[in-house]
Amino acid sequence: MTTNLETLPASDKKSAGAGKPTNHRKPRESRGTLAFSRAQRTKALTKHAILILAGGLMIYPLLWMVVSSLRPNELIFREPGLWLNSLEMSNYTSGWSALTHPFGHYMINSAIVVIGSILGNLISCSMAAYAFARLQFTGKKLFFGIMLLTIMLPFHVIIVPQYILFSQIGWVNTFWPLIVPKLLATDAFFVFLMVQFIRGIPKDLDEAARIDGAGHPRIFLRVILPLMVPALATTTIFTFIWTWNDFFGALIYLTDPDMFTVPVALRAFVDSQSATSWGSLFAMSIVSLLPVFLVFLFGQRFLIKGIATTGIK
Amino acid sequence: MSAISELSSLSRRKGKATAEEKKANGRDNKAAYIFLLPWLVGLVAITIGPMVMSLYLSFTDYNLLQPPEWTGADNFIRMLSDARLHNSLRVTFTYVFVGVPLQLAVALLIALVLDKGLRGLPFYRSVFYLPSLLGGSVAVAILWKQIFGTTGLVNQVLAMFGIEGPGWISDPGTALGSIILLHVWTFGAPMIIFLAGLRQIPVMYYEAAKVDGASTLQQFWRITMPMLSPIIFFNLVLQIIGSFQSFTQAFIVSGGNGGPSDSTMFFTLYLYQKGFGQFDMGYASAMAWVLLLIIGVFTAINFIASKYWVFYDD
Repeated sequence: MTTNLETLPASDKKSAGAGKPTNHRKPRESRGTLAFSRAQRTKALTKHAILILAGGLMIYPLLWMVVSSLRPNELIFREPGLWLNSLEMSNYTSGWSALTHPFGHYMINSAIVVIGSILGNLISCSMAAYAFARLQFTGKKLFFGIMLLTIMLPFHVIIVPQYILFSQIGWVNTFWPLIVPKLLATDAFFVFLMVQFIRGIPKDLDEAARIDGAGHPRIFLRVILPLMVPALATTTIFTFIWTWNDFFGALIYLTDPDMFTVPVALRAFVDSQSATSWGSLFAMSIVSLLPVFLVFLFGQRFLIKGIATTGIK
Repeated sequence: MSAISELSSLSRRKGKATAEEKKANGRDNKAAYIFLLPWLVGLVAITIGPMVMSLYLSFTDYNLLQPPEWTGADNFIRMLSDARLHNSLRVTFTYVFVGVPLQLAVALLIALVLDKGLRGLPFYRSVFYLPSLLGGSVAVAILWKQIFGTTGLVNQVLAMFGIEGPGWISDPGTALGSIILLHVWTFGAPMIIFLAGLRQIPVMYYEAAKVDGASTLQQFWRITMPMLSPIIFFNLVLQIIGSFQSFTQAFIVSGGNGGPSDSTMFFTLYLYQKGFGQFDMGYASAMAWVLLLIIGVFTAINFIASKYWVFYDD
């Protein structure tokens, strides 16, 4: 079976990701030819000018925050430019140790929740997705409809009883309330994303495995899972970013500073800080954004594909 | 297919099982339920169970310490005369109905500029997309708090032109606007959905229109807009549902109190204060159901209205 998979043409794997081949567009004639008219060139230049201006405006606050975190405190309120006279690392050292624990402590807490959530989503959502995409069972349509509806269900409707439930079993100020729901596939968005993906994998592969005597667990583990790695990657990346940024859940369940994740630690920092420590606050904000930025840098492809394929009709 | 079109087609096809489905019916039940087990447990224990429970609690007085006490519709009656709640609804509606159209308009505009095979597209796309990944974080909310502060970045820039800006987030007249701007800033995600949608419009439509002498504007209104309308609809539904639940930005920018003078007191913020500040869990549950109802009503309106403006090719 494995050899069968490895010989699968690469293009098949690709089109499985997009659901269906989408590009109706002709190759662009303009590229590399001299028939590029003056009017077209002006139009392209105008577009670039608009985009650079708009993009610059979008990114400027972030760049300014990075630069400001490397400046002496008082300049944050006086210097709107991006010019650095000297590199001031003191904001980072003072910010790192400004709270009860060193900032790394909160980052480790966040990392634990993130890893637990990723594993939970990968396992539970892929299992549910396999059932919805490949198996026939009574109540399938009903359950599938319910699953789609839960994507849109406001979290606030269940938060009060959920809090009561978790506080009664003594889970407040543990990471369980943040991780266990992921183990139970409550992030239905990812179930849907994976269903979409599995539907794009040719059924012949399952059939061949079945003829070879494989049962569903085997087909799932040996055929489907290896082929849905792109969907799993998308899930991993989104779960990482959403969990790393999650504030509301952590605010409610984690009140003990020992257990703070990065967002609630930052919030404690904002509340405690006097007007003089904006530099260190900025520094720790940058530190907190860094993992997301790195994931964005290396996982962009999956992010964009994930949004585009689930968003498209 | 998006979750939304899937859902609507599911309701259209109701009851009509295909031959393949009939033949296979019941065959995989055992395996299917094993694969679905985690999801089913989650559905019952984490979603439907708490929903039923919160519906019950919304008719009680409950402070976590004493057992819930049945008070009938009391919580809902209290809401009718709760001026802070009315204000929080007004703030939330303003946020949703100004922020969402503005954000989608910017997303569509940039997507249109980006679309036509521009050099450097991946670079621009990344630049515009990045804020929507970071926008939900506490760190960016902190940045916003500084930028729109009295001596923040915006006013520093304005000062260079000799303008003395207001204290954006400390002024009740502009505080909500600053948070709406933060929402607009995160237009990258819908922009990417628009880009993918634009790419699906067959080029031959435009070529045929050009042969017939249609102007760019005509092409936009007669081809792009109808062809893109399902995507616009999808974005609209998702963004409205999401924006009603916004919490973090207003919480951080206002320091958790929805100030100044309740001008950024979102419905969710008030719910949090009632539930987890004052431990008035009954009232908070009732509020949560009102929120669900509001979101449900606006989503339904969206779906009904979509019959008049969303164009489906199939």
